[in-house]
Amino acid sequence: MRPDGPDTIGGAAGATGLVVVCNGRIVDPASGRDEPGDLWMRDGRIVDRPADDEARGAAVIDAVGMLVLPGLVDLHAHLCEPGYEYRETLESGALAAAAGGVTAVACMPDTDPVIDDAPTVKFVRERAAGAAARIHPIAAVTAGRRGERLTEAGELAEAGAVALSDASRTIRNPAILRRALEYGRMFDLPILVHCEDPALSAGGHMHEGSHASRLGLKGIPSIAEETVVARDLMLAEWTGGRIHVTHASTAVTVDLIRSAKQRGVRVTADASPHHLVLTDESLSTYETHLKVNPPLRSKADVEALRAGLADGTIDAVASDHTPRSVDEKNTEFQQALPGATGLETMLAVVFTELVRPGVLTLGDAVKALSTSPAGILGIEGGSLASGGSADLLLFDPDGTWTVDTASFRSRSNNSPFTGRTLEGCVSMTIVDGRVSYRRDAPESP
Amino acid sequence: MAKKRLRALRHRHLIGLEDYSREEIGLILDTADSFKEVIRRPIRKVPALRGKNVVNLFFESSTRTRLSFELAEKQLSADTLNFASTGSSVSKGESLSDTARNIEAMQVDCVVVRHGAAGAPLFLSQCLSSAVVINAGDGAHEHPTQGLLDLLTMQDALGRLEGLKVALIGDIAHSRVARSNIWGLRKMGAEVVVCGPPTLIPVDIEEMGVEVCYRIGDALRDADVVYALRIQLERQQEAFFPSQREYTRLFGIDPERLELAKPEAIVMHPGPINRGVELDSRVADSGRSVILDQVTNGVAVRMAVLYLLNGGGERDAA
Repeated sequence: MRPDGPDTIGGAAGATGLVVVCNGRIVDPASGRDEPGDLWMRDGRIVDRPADDEARGAAVIDAVGMLVLPGLVDLHAHLCEPGYEYRETLESGALAAAAGGVTAVACMPDTDPVIDDAPTVKFVRERAAGAAARIHPIAAVTAGRRGERLTEAGELAEAGAVALSDASRTIRNPAILRRALEYGRMFDLPILVHCEDPALSAGGHMHEGSHASRLGLKGIPSIAEETVVARDLMLAEWTGGRIHVTHASTAVTVDLIRSAKQRGVRVTADASPHHLVLTDESLSTYETHLKVNPPLRSKADVEALRAGLADGTIDAVASDHTPRSVDEKNTEFQQALPGATGLETMLAVVFTELVRPGVLTLGDAVKALSTSPAGILGIEGGSLASGGSADLLLFDPDGTWTVDTASFRSRSNNSPFTGRTLEGCVSMTIVDGRVSYRRDAPESP
Repeated sequence: MAKKRLRALRHRHLIGLEDYSREEIGLILDTADSFKEVIRRPIRKVPALRGKNVVNLFFESSTRTRLSFELAEKQLSADTLNFASTGSSVSKGESLSDTARNIEAMQVDCVVVRHGAAGAPLFLSQCLSSAVVINAGDGAHEHPTQGLLDLLTMQDALGRLEGLKVALIGDIAHSRVARSNIWGLRKMGAEVVVCGPPTLIPVDIEEMGVEVCYRIGDALRDADVVYALRIQLERQQEAFFPSQREYTRLFGIDPERLELAKPEAIVMHPGPINRGVELDSRVADSGRSVILDQVTNGVAVRMAVLYLLNGGGERDAA
């Protein structure tokens, strides 16, 4: 499935197996490194600079003018396989990931069948073996995501599940979530929670506020999220279990998480790029590519999420990549399914909208996109330290590009950033020491 | 100095009054005035839209709006086609974008669309390259021709729109009539007060330039126009208000309450009326009620809109 074989870096790598990425600026928050330098790899691992004799035989990747970053780790993506291959497959999702500089993706279990038993976890892992990015399945918390019976977390963890989540369904029965959190203490798997009280959000299509009022659309109030966040944090505190609030979208959610962290609750959280950048105001023409769940919120919510990310309350940025077909989006707003793709734009959006204006330092952005999510999932990656896996990317901070879904690797084109000009582009992605994405060189005159 | 008068609309479609300027609304009202004269003739027909075809695409049931449009089209000599689909589930039928493609393929000039989903007429207009789209009501978004006929009725009865105090009473949250009236009235310089139970007032509606109050007395005091909206009784099941009885007790308009309004105040309603619920029959049938004038003006306004959007007026006027 890999687009480029192991020899893409050059036949020269054959002799010694050594590859050097040279003359780039190495940014690795895990080791506190931010300096010009060379990065050496061999057999899929990052290695120390070898002796001169040996070094002379290395294949060279010229990274002049580039940032060399640890590969991004996305802890929330919907890759739709098995069951919804018309939207995305593990293969196309991995290609999209690689094109966005993402080297590891945790995929949600809202597939058909649901990823809720060990054989399905293994199926996903086997299907994704050799894909352009590492795929880590997230298994359901409850069988069939029905919120009733716990899945076999022990066996799921052994099979390779990195987290548990009922994806876009809130676990309505607090007793079930309580047991899941208690039981989960044995395995250190985080439970990713989608916080939405369905009774409060019922019939809603966008954030409840002046824009929904004007458009005549029923709103999804912020409290539909916040009441569940508060409940889940209390359950995590009570049980000592590990919880991860995914796609936090409101200011009150950020406050609730901040104070829970201060009390020592084992909670982590992420926000999606679209929630960090776009507001409900942008829906003025019923643009269905901006219909997402949770909905795009107010400007004040965006500000609070950004502040939360900057002060570490929000640990990670996750794509919430949710592919939808043309027919699922090209329809009346009320009829359109929520969701936005994000793997291919995540880094450039964060760079353009948060790093360039000074909301986040580059180091903090890399931490939120790579180091922290790797830590939350307990997987390798998120670092360029010697001995670690050679998962990294070359990022050209001076490149600009206009988002055009026609050139996307994803099978779906529902990007909320279509037509935007973004700064910074992924020039090359390396997974396990092998090139899994290379940006086409601009045509020379 | 008076602004230069428009001779043609700047918009290709009529999706909502939010997009229309004061001058465009003024042009439609003036044009409607002249069509009222046509309606009074023994032979109520002009050739303005001869050779044009208009499709009335009604995805939601409607009697008076559809009849009103059809009458307006026929009096302008357009060829009309009616499509009504009461099946609420779009998933069962053809997608709206496919419907649009079919309309395009049939060389239709103008589409009048009523749809349960807010934004559907805008979506349709984006799918069509040549046909004109007129919104005949979309979800809780807008019902621009209703808003225009209401403006015309107020102007006829009170001689002006500027400076009027208009009280909209009832279910604002689910009302496209309220939204179109708010945009139209604000643009024409009227003051708007909305009044109803807080559960039926949309969040931050003040940002549309209206005042909100929860006491009917405050809304009616010194009002020039008392506009009662139809209360959908099924909202009771959705817990927006506890009972019809309580709704009527708090918000029903009866002769005693109407005393709070200005002596010359008029009473309006978009129909159909729930008699004895939002409007007492003594009020609905009184001399202050202009509810049937609204219906008559509906035909004239729709003729004006159809005419102006289908090549009427002097588009190239300097």
